[in-house]
Amino acid sequence: MIEPSITRDSADGHFLQIKSIVKTYDDVVAVNDVSLDIAKGDIFALLGASGSGKSTLLRMLAGFETPNSGQIILDGEDIVSLEPYRRPINMMFQSYALFPHMTVEQNIAYGLKQDRMPKKMIADKVVQMLRLVHMEKFAKRKPEQLSGGQRQRVALARSLAKSPKLLLLDEPMGALDKKLRTRMQLEVVDILESVGVTCVMVTHDQEEAMTMANRIAIMEEGRIVQAGTPRDIYEAPNSLQAAEFIGSMNLFHGEICVDAEDHAVIDSQECANKLYVSYGVTTALDDKQVVFAVRPEKTMISREQPDSEYNWCRGMVHDIAYLGGHSIYHIRLDNGKILNSFMVNSDRFADAPTWEEQVYVYWSDDSGLVLRP
Amino acid sequence: MKTPVRFSAWMFWVGMAFLYLPMLSLIIYSFNESRLVTVWAGWSTKWYGELFRDEGLMSAVWRSLEVAFWSANAAVLLGVMASVALTRFGNFRGRSMLHSLVAAPLVMPDVIIGLSLLLLFVSMTDVIGWPQQRGLLTIWVAHATFCTAYATVVISSRLKELDRSYLEAAMDLGATPLKAFIQVTLPIIMPALVSAWLLSFTLSLDDVVIASFVSGPGATTLPIEVFSSVRLGVSPKINALATIIILIVSLVTLAVWWLSRRKLQREKLAK
Amino acid sequence: MNKLFERFKPGSEHGKKWVIALPTLWLVLFFALPFLIVLKIAFAEAEIAIPPYSALLSMADQAFDLHVYFGNFIFLTEDDLYLAAYLNSLKMAAISTFFCLLIGYPMAYYIARAKQTTQSILLLLILLPSWTSFLIRIYAWIGILKSNGVLNNVLLWTGVINEPLAILNTNVAVYIGIVYAYLPFMVLPLYANLVKHDHSFIEASQDLGARRLQSFWHITFPLSRNGIVAGSMLVFIPVVGEYVIPELLGGTNSIVIGKVLWQEFFNNRDWPLASSLALIMLLLLMVPIHFFRKHQEKEWEGNQ
Repeated sequence: MIEPSITRDSADGHFLQIKSIVKTYDDVVAVNDVSLDIAKGDIFALLGASGSGKSTLLRMLAGFETPNSGQIILDGEDIVSLEPYRRPINMMFQSYALFPHMTVEQNIAYGLKQDRMPKKMIADKVVQMLRLVHMEKFAKRKPEQLSGGQRQRVALARSLAKSPKLLLLDEPMGALDKKLRTRMQLEVVDILESVGVTCVMVTHDQEEAMTMANRIAIMEEGRIVQAGTPRDIYEAPNSLQAAEFIGSMNLFHGEICVDAEDHAVIDSQECANKLYVSYGVTTALDDKQVVFAVRPEKTMISREQPDSEYNWCRGMVHDIAYLGGHSIYHIRLDNGKILNSFMVNSDRFADAPTWEEQVYVYWSDDSGLVLRP
Repeated sequence: MKTPVRFSAWMFWVGMAFLYLPMLSLIIYSFNESRLVTVWAGWSTKWYGELFRDEGLMSAVWRSLEVAFWSANAAVLLGVMASVALTRFGNFRGRSMLHSLVAAPLVMPDVIIGLSLLLLFVSMTDVIGWPQQRGLLTIWVAHATFCTAYATVVISSRLKELDRSYLEAAMDLGATPLKAFIQVTLPIIMPALVSAWLLSFTLSLDDVVIASFVSGPGATTLPIEVFSSVRLGVSPKINALATIIILIVSLVTLAVWWLSRRKLQREKLAK
Repeated sequence: MNKLFERFKPGSEHGKKWVIALPTLWLVLFFALPFLIVLKIAFAEAEIAIPPYSALLSMADQAFDLHVYFGNFIFLTEDDLYLAAYLNSLKMAAISTFFCLLIGYPMAYYIARAKQTTQSILLLLILLPSWTSFLIRIYAWIGILKSNGVLNNVLLWTGVINEPLAILNTNVAVYIGIVYAYLPFMVLPLYANLVKHDHSFIEASQDLGARRLQSFWHITFPLSRNGIVAGSMLVFIPVVGEYVIPELLGGTNSIVIGKVLWQEFFNNRDWPLASSLALIMLLLLMVPIHFFRKHQEKEWEGNQ
């Protein structure tokens, strides 16, 4: 579905530039010196918990809030002082905010009418938008006569009707139930890609962000913790915050004892054996405290003791959560620490370790990460 | 829950009887042939004829309707502004004052409002020469003022629960704030505006005390007429008038109720 | 033209200012300012003139002459009639409020516990009478309470009494009229409060072994305090100044402040004295009005 003219990882990373934006309410700093570059055609997700400042940032893009300082440059134009109704930006609201006194058609036409477009052109555009979201049959309905998924499509059509330079999605799946969500995520992405619009979305759901977006920024306490592709953020988190925000992590606090060019070894009180990473960690002498992190799905469980010098520990199966496709093992180490490990259930009735059994958890040399506490 | 509900059900229907029996007796006695209200002398509609032939009363009806119409218009207009200010503008300077000004007329005794407004009008005539004489205009000002308080309560409670994103969505799609308010917010809160208007209209139509203070020669409203005739005792003509008022109010209420119920049912049907 | 329009836009700062200023100015001019004039005239002397009072501030010999007259207030303390009227009004308001609460609370409770669809109909039934003319509904009671009225006829006919009861032109008639007219003002805020209650509170307390009546007294009643306060204020404050009901249903001995004020103003044309009476009434009501306003504000902010 991707149009050839749009290159996802384009070098033109400057379509939307957010430069040192600060927003405070009374004494509370909602957005603290945020800078981001978003390329044309990107679907960019701002991921964060409530109160992280992601919604405030989105509302500043839409123009409903004015930043205290900083610049927002869209396609070469600084839009900070532009009123919301003058910005070439449209938004799909979390509640959709479909006007209840207008039909689907009228809702989609509303923005076009504001531009004083000729009637004929409006009608054509509305038909085109209805076709895009597969809602042709519902043109004359009122929003109250639509289901949740249908409302979302109308809201999307309405916000795309004016062909905005930038589309904003505020918790796009927030008003849908879980089953519908998965379906609509893919459908919405399909529509967005077929139009090729640049898009910034806000969500608290990491799965949603990773499904829909090609770039993600994690926000916490008004700051960007990390920005990158979903894979970057998952596999190479740059900080403890980022690592803990997406997915789960097993963490060992320790101290670097070997710091070579191509590997490092960490000594942790929390693991009986030394921890090894297959890349160099440049550290200052007085800054040896680090955290070693390894994702649960990168660890393996065995009944036999691994013969490696590094990267394993012994424990008891404390708990097992059977989830069908895989099981999550909670292993209690001898020192009391609990490790998480995923085990893929590839055999229907395999002889897997069970409760209170002694096992060894181990992982390969290139699975671990070194993070700063 | 049994005990309180059973007791409260009993009390509810006793209360309803208390509210409705007097009105019922008015209606029945309006059809009484006899001039003496308490003696039943057979069915008759002659008092209705007399009522419509009473020119003084009839012209007072029109004057009252006119005042009520314009008072309700002013009250809704000012009420919308006050509501928008109180619910949408955050904490501006003077918010607390506006709040007091809106809340106080709700409980202020009529005699105080009437007396103080009359004294204001007299002083204004003294100082700026307006109003030259008191009459329908001064009654309108007085009614618009206290009706604004009621209209604001009705409208602001609706505005408060209205999702802000409707207005934002309209602005996002290119409407200026004023346009967005007129094209989106106002149609959505229209039912609240209608009930605020109707409430103001009936309040104005009902007021006797304030109107007595601020009216001038020749500007008697219906309640003033009714009051002066009622003070002299029971009159079958007033019974007829009461019956007509009760009938109109009941019909309007029924119509509004039916319309809103139909709308609700349609919405349910759609789902 | 465009510039002008710009200034009236609600979104712009100018537009905002107008939206705030217009209702504020209107209410200041026609609601707040008049009280200052009442204050002024309460300190003036009655004169046979148009308007019938002396000037507080006059220009004499190129100097302002402030003429403050305390005679009205001194006069009010000298005649027992006024004190009695104030006390009577307060007593009447308190008793009526109590009875409104007594009848109104179970009614509101019943509506709040009814099915959702029934609730709106019941509310409508409560409100409907108050949309018809207040005056006419009070007038209806004259026909009912008269010595040869409906009530006495029914009672005589059923043999409950042998002599017609004299109810009209007594305080009892006034109480009936007030409770009748103000009952909806009590029921509405109580209903609005009671309907918000989470029924699971009561279920929880019953689960914990409370008897039904007990759970009502320990849970529902205390939780509905805000509704009780709002309803009581909406009844008590206006009733203190009530004029129409005592005038129509009360006798010559039901002296209330509203009636006295009216007579001083219209019959004796003593505007300064009427103003003093109003001023003192206002001072008496200041506490409950302030209480009501604070309460209103809290409810308002709380729902936001």
